[in-house]
Amino acid sequence: MSEKEFEPVIVGFFCNWCTSAAADLAGTSRLHYPANIRPIRVMCSSTVDPVYLIRALQEGADATILGGCHPGDCHYISGNYKARRRVVIVKTVLKSLGFDEDRVLLEWISGSEGPKFARVMNEYTEYIKKKGPSDFKYVDSLGGE
Amino acid sequence: MAMNRIGVFICHCGRNIAGTVDVKRVAEEIGKREDVVLSTTYIFMCSEPGQKLIEESIKKYNLDGVVVANCSPTLHEKTMRNAAARGGLNPYRVEIANIREWAAWPHEDNPEAATRKAIRIINATIEKLKANASLEPIEVPVTRRALVIGGGVAGIQAALDLADAGIETILVEKEPSIGGNMFRLSETFPTLDCPQCILTPKMNDVAQHPNIKLYAYSEVESVEGYMGNFKVRIKKKSTFVDWDKCTGCGECLRVCPISVKSEYDLGMGERKAIYIVNEQAVPLKALIDENSCIRLQFEKKVREGKIKPKKAVKICSKCADVCEPNAIHFKNNEEIVEEEVGAIVVATGYEVMPAEAFPELGGKYPDVLTALQFERLLAPSGPTAGIPRRPSDGKVPESIAFIHCVGSRDPQNGVPYCSRICCMYTIKQAMLVKHALPKTAVYDFYIDIRSNGKGYEEFYHRAKEEYGVNFIRGKVSKVYKVGDKYRVQGVDTLTGRIIEVDVDMVILATAAKGSTGVKELAKKLRIPYDEWGWLKETHLKLRPLETPVGGVFIAGAAQFVKDITDSVSQGSGAAAKAMTLLSRPQLEKEPLLAKVDTEICAGCGRCKDQCAYGAISIDPVRHVAVVNEALCEGCGACSANCPTTAIQVVNFKKGQIIRAVDVLAEVF
Repeated sequence: MSEKEFEPVIVGFFCNWCTSAAADLAGTSRLHYPANIRPIRVMCSSTVDPVYLIRALQEGADATILGGCHPGDCHYISGNYKARRRVVIVKTVLKSLGFDEDRVLLEWISGSEGPKFARVMNEYTEYIKKKGPSDFKYVDSLGGE
Repeated sequence: MAMNRIGVFICHCGRNIAGTVDVKRVAEEIGKREDVVLSTTYIFMCSEPGQKLIEESIKKYNLDGVVVANCSPTLHEKTMRNAAARGGLNPYRVEIANIREWAAWPHEDNPEAATRKAIRIINATIEKLKANASLEPIEVPVTRRALVIGGGVAGIQAALDLADAGIETILVEKEPSIGGNMFRLSETFPTLDCPQCILTPKMNDVAQHPNIKLYAYSEVESVEGYMGNFKVRIKKKSTFVDWDKCTGCGECLRVCPISVKSEYDLGMGERKAIYIVNEQAVPLKALIDENSCIRLQFEKKVREGKIKPKKAVKICSKCADVCEPNAIHFKNNEEIVEEEVGAIVVATGYEVMPAEAFPELGGKYPDVLTALQFERLLAPSGPTAGIPRRPSDGKVPESIAFIHCVGSRDPQNGVPYCSRICCMYTIKQAMLVKHALPKTAVYDFYIDIRSNGKGYEEFYHRAKEEYGVNFIRGKVSKVYKVGDKYRVQGVDTLTGRIIEVDVDMVILATAAKGSTGVKELAKKLRIPYDEWGWLKETHLKLRPLETPVGGVFIAGAAQFVKDITDSVSQGSGAAAKAMTLLSRPQLEKEPLLAKVDTEICAGCGRCKDQCAYGAISIDPVRHVAVVNEALCEGCGACSANCPTTAIQVVNFKKGQIIRAVDVLAEVF
């Protein structure tokens, strides 16, 4: 690692109806959070295949965050519950392989919670900064690229 | 085939984007891509010349895909898709890269990072776009009927406007009568109209309108379907009285031996166990409150085995005995009805925080009331016939203190926002006290007077100058009992003196919140709300009546506390929105739905288990999954569970997302 401060890469999957709207609101309200968050809009948290999260970690992300609607508030009735089950599986798999499960975060952020969005992004970036780079992505390079 | 003639249009949005993001550098970076044939910037992409630029570039460069890097897709996705369509490109070959809300604004403190992030978002969007298919919207039929939830003044107005336009309208009200909070009021500011006098004609119109079906004392049980085609189940709560037979004569009320506090009077007056909400109720029907009727309580306890009568007991049936039309049957007549509608207007209104929530301001004392309770004491139709009396001893008060902002503008004890109507109704109440009891001293403790409406400021000055109301600028810290008076301790911030006054009654202008149960209703409708129970609109400024769920509109204080003027305007506005929708013969549905590749589908049914809409079935002959397009909403839960990637949401395919993820995850 260089002398420069570690800047983590965090890929955020945000559902269209709640967390994307919260991200819009945070922006409109000019609430600041680190640019380490790299966002992608998905229709629902339930459409996020565990593969997406693993892929992001493999390709260089130090962490991933999945944002959905609060329990009971899913635009698609129950998608967030499905997402929650998937995230548990991803975390279990990571942990059992000896990787850090905290590099996958699931958060419920509703469309009116712009301040919460900014707060979560700030706190999680800070947390991952303290943790340091993910060792998951180096698996690829150890395989002999 | 992947696109390789992509045009990228980067918006400056004046200085909103260009002030932070180096748009020129972004355009240069993106222009280096082999699949991008045009990468350019423009000051306002949403302006007419901006849209023209897209149209003409599509033709000039023969573009097969377009990325517009500007604001949130909720604002201009449609604008850009329409522009592309005019240029001859299928609108689903357009994607929005949100570099304003997601890069320029939150990172305005770090232009370099914002610029790099904008480049990355655009690159990821291009990767996602490349495999987008050309699509056509799906046409769905429209049920030309509307549902209005909530029979306050906003809901009444919406229902009447819809019905007058020839649309069959269902009005659901959870209370036994329509009228809402407005019907509880004494007089209205700033005109001092009698609310009953001006609302009853509208209420009667609702009752008599051939196009309105009123379900009073009913609640929405469940909502299924989508814009233009909702299926709503409505629970008609048990009244224990046959409303088809009940004439509303009120004989039963006179003989019922049980009296309890009236909900309509907010505990200020009494009603019987069998009751009609008030003399002007619509519908004018009697109902029995199961919790206070001795007969129903007795029967319930027998049913539950708590009482075991040894012989047949004759229990009270006084009301049924005097009922000439034989309407009272004491049987549970709860019923679920199903209605099909094309549009829904939610007008569920507000309620105020109870006085008990503010013990430091004397909320625990009987003569310390909320302003809404005091409305009943000022109302000519109320329990004290318009002459306010102390609930504790019936004494006419010689002095009254009003306290503004109780719980409002106070995040620690209540809510952070201004409840908007309190200043005006408090001024009105102070005036009405002076009308009824000219000798009573009135003290009005306020922080700021917010009188921003037509005739409102003039009304305030009248109260001050003509009526001699003592306005004291300052917060009250404490209210406590001294003898049979209440001591109000506060500060006059204009003179800097501590003020103490002893009064007979204290009226608290407590904070307004969304109605009880509105969050549960919002969940059924899948519309967003905030922690105080206000429903969230699509856009605060420009789409205040719409929700993210197509076909569901909001009106009146359901969105945020409003006075009558604004509630009526919004009722009409939401009705107009619903009419616009219902006037179309067909609706267009987004074609971004799940699609099955039958070549690789194994028919395992794991997608079917994930679908919340029952849109997927397994074809028993071909043994593959089949998607019902009318039911599919395009959430993609199915695709995340498919072991073979056979089922995918069109234009949100896994390969598209993974390509975008690769760009996002890349280390600098």
